[in-house]
Amino acid sequence: MEAVGIATVVLSSARSITTSVGTPRTLYLDYPLGQTAGRAGDLREQRSILGAVCQAFEAMTEPGTIHDLPLQWSQSDAWKDVVMRPSAATDPGPASEEEKRLSGDQRTQRHASPQYQFSEDRESADPQCPSCVFLE
Amino acid sequence: MQSRPPVDYIERTKALYSSLGHPPYEWVTSAGQPPWSTVSKPLNQSRLAVIASGGIYRHGQVAFHHKDDTSYRKIPVDTPIDRLRVTHFAYDLTAARQDPNAVLPLNALRQLEKEQRIASLSSNALTFMGGIYSSRKVRELLAPALVDELKQDEVDLALLIPV
Repeated sequence: MEAVGIATVVLSSARSITTSVGTPRTLYLDYPLGQTAGRAGDLREQRSILGAVCQAFEAMTEPGTIHDLPLQWSQSDAWKDVVMRPSAATDPGPASEEEKRLSGDQRTQRHASPQYQFSEDRESADPQCPSCVFLE
Repeated sequence: MQSRPPVDYIERTKALYSSLGHPPYEWVTSAGQPPWSTVSKPLNQSRLAVIASGGIYRHGQVAFHHKDDTSYRKIPVDTPIDRLRVTHFAYDLTAARQDPNAVLPLNALRQLEKEQRIASLSSNALTFMGGIYSSRKVRELLAPALVDELKQDEVDLALLIPV
């Protein structure tokens, strides 16, 4: 995109991956994966993050820069100990529901058929779907 | 307030895969400086696109599948949030399903446009699945197709939201 004149800003909650890939302008949000654009249900926070995105377009001049967004997921950073850790999923300890959800192997089986959120979506899906672009 | 360093998902994925007996995952690493395009216009004269991975589709569209899905969806930026759906094999979907704005912030983007912080939004948000094992397919197939969409829509800036 940058190569054809379109400047980009990346919102990321996975710092090591973003650093490894190498992105031109990045804002890092230190949250569990799955809410990179701000907390669910918090429009004010989502809007403030987009404000930071606008400032990044205007002010970032050094390729590869990562700015930290000044937001913290919770009072404690304990969630960082459990995400993607196999043991936390099976420990009978006092893990919270959130910690249990975040820990261990999050992945589900990789089905090759469309995986609808609701079964009703399947019935409503237009198989011709002009706004769905299949490249293979 | 205790503060710990960012979670290193590369290290954790390696550890998780090896605990499951999988061969190590090969992360993309890029050498040298990332490509760079200077922002040439004031923001309030610029057209902004949004591209999100994370498996977002609109009610009425074919959902993504979970096995190296290289397809993408065009979601009109005026789509009501309650028409958005989220499917993915690799992250906790609780927040995204409760409020899809957490992964595709259409409400806040529409505010930016209304407040004239930007000139306009692109016609469509572009969404895909991510979790595509072949970085070659992403580089040679998906990324060029997305770039073509942005060029056709005469976009100046793009916000990228990976999960």
